[in-house]
Amino acid sequence: METIRACVLAAAVVAAPAWAERPADFLQRFESQARGEDASFRASAERGRSWFDRRHGGDWSCSSCHTGDPSTKGRHEVTGKAIAPMAPAVNPERLSSERQVRKWFRRNCKDVLGRACSAAEKADVVAWLIAAGAPTGARR
Amino acid sequence: MTITKPMVSLLLALTTSALASGGREDDGERSRSAPLDPFYVEECGACHVAYPPGLLSRESWRAVVGGLGRHFGVDASVEAQLGAQINAYLQAHASPRASDDREGRPWLRITDTRWFRHEHRPGEDGLYPGVFESEAVRSPANCEACHRGAAEGRYGEREIRIP
Repeated sequence: METIRACVLAAAVVAAPAWAERPADFLQRFESQARGEDASFRASAERGRSWFDRRHGGDWSCSSCHTGDPSTKGRHEVTGKAIAPMAPAVNPERLSSERQVRKWFRRNCKDVLGRACSAAEKADVVAWLIAAGAPTGARR
Repeated sequence: MTITKPMVSLLLALTTSALASGGREDDGERSRSAPLDPFYVEECGACHVAYPPGLLSRESWRAVVGGLGRHFGVDASVEAQLGAQINAYLQAHASPRASDDREGRPWLRITDTRWFRHEHRPGEDGLYPGVFESEAVRSPANCEACHRGAAEGRYGEREIRIP
């Protein structure tokens, strides 16, 4: 019985990163990817905020659907469907799954920018989402 | 995953209700034709309600799934394996009737079908002109604005509340 319990526990520990990641993991990952291009790169929530709010040559910005405040609910610009808040501080499902993060950056960057987002852009946005709705002082 | 007794009864209930409503001809029953597939809900139901598959024909769904990379102006692409899985679900529960325009091209929008336009004509169930463009609704794609059970696949009249 003890052996089974130990095995289950070990399996859970090993399996954990596959389905539950922390927002900071994504920040670190994108930041280190961006450093491959620019060694002095450091993610900036402030840069992420203004980038999130800006249109990039197309009709939409990120905030067109998500609003400029990631701690509140958004609304799909085309369909009108409610979108849960983007800030992990108020919605723990955000920035918790590699598959979801990859999928939504892939889709939405194409919609807003007409291209894939760079690692630096993703790092800044993730920094902004983490900072939004978090106690003050967490921003950088 | 352990399969428990409640899960088996739920599955049986879903299958039975799907079978019971599958053969109905009444247009009003179309939206109840199939249980919602979790992959379909996750991939398609994030931006809009996971529309009942019985509202479009097989040809229409095939065209929709084949064009997800540019889906009404939005990138709704899914991974190939998931796309095939979702297409299989939609094909299995699609309407047996054609949903195409006068030239025989499959409709891509449920709102273009004769069924939708008939069921949602002005005056029907209290629909007023301009309701779909109103701030609370914004688009006829926003089923949930009036069909309060739409997210769970329920479109019955008792759950209609027009804002």
